[in-house]
Amino acid sequence: MRARILSGLVPFLGLVLLWMLLWGQFTWLALITGVLLAGLVSITFYLPAVRLSGRLNPWYGLVFLVRLLVDIVRASLQIAWIALKPHYRPSNAIFAVPLRTRSDLVMVFTAEAIALVPGSIVLDIDRDTATLYLHALNVQSAEDVPALRKAVLATERRLILAAGSADDLERLRTGATVAGELAAEAARAAAAGEPGSGRASEPGGGSASASGEDSGTDSGTDSEGART
Amino acid sequence: MNPIDFSFGDDGFDLRDAVTAVLVLLAALMCFAAGVGLVRFPDVLSRLHAATKPQILGLIAIVADVAVTNLSVGTVTLAVAIIFFQGLTAPAAAHMTGRAAFRTDHFREDILVVDELTSRPDADRRS
Repeated sequence: MRARILSGLVPFLGLVLLWMLLWGQFTWLALITGVLLAGLVSITFYLPAVRLSGRLNPWYGLVFLVRLLVDIVRASLQIAWIALKPHYRPSNAIFAVPLRTRSDLVMVFTAEAIALVPGSIVLDIDRDTATLYLHALNVQSAEDVPALRKAVLATERRLILAAGSADDLERLRTGATVAGELAAEAARAAAAGEPGSGRASEPGGGSASASGEDSGTDSGTDSEGART
Repeated sequence: MNPIDFSFGDDGFDLRDAVTAVLVLLAALMCFAAGVGLVRFPDVLSRLHAATKPQILGLIAIVADVAVTNLSVGTVTLAVAIIFFQGLTAPAAAHMTGRAAFRTDHFREDILVVDELTSRPDADRRS
């Protein structure tokens, strides 16, 4: 219930704050007009509520922001150098990163943050299995990919520590990924449902695609709708 | 906005001028690098890197410079809002462009050392 109220209140307060930021003054007039306009905007442009975890750790939030700023500077200098250096030989990679969060918000912010940090742009997101597909610039060989993947997971880790749900924190502690859990669930369901049938016999690729079909239940609007 | 006074005042060296000079130069360099990268990088996906990353540091530098030059609550809050929204929208724009480019095969496969998106388990389900 607390998380539900917060989920509605946070975007509303964000709109009010934005209004005051744009006017550049923190006066009663700006506050009252901001509240009126925020109410009008939330009623006319109704959006499905973002599910917040109801938990925010200011210290880890600050750690995330400072680290993000450092990463932005590093990434910009790095890309600028790659663009300007004399002997540029293109060599890129597209790789998958299975995340540990089930929250849309954390997933979105992870995707936003890693698009600004060294090396990566989000090409595709599989919401069901919480997997990001990233494009990385200047990857010389396949051996460099695990290090990049680790950097992305570190970003996600900072976000979960800052505002993730207890569920996500638990997964962070055990190191389990959503994709892995879904695959295990699907395999268990298949084994319990139809023992001896050939469907559950492929543990690798087969179970991953099965999990994708099974779990797309809760309000999959954006990722499902955009998929063609 | 006040006209910028290029002369060092009678008190000699002004710290604010030095900060301004550094920030403007940094921003110019970053925007230049982004432009060079756009021309020089081989395919759409690589060019998106050039279009997002140096550009955002350049923007942060120039906005910070404006905020330092005429310091007031109004400019600082506006600067924060600009950086926040640019930081949110630039990756989203890059993502949409990158996804469209990938799905229409507008990228060079010969310069990829790894490609886990084409070979992913459920690739056949979507095509």
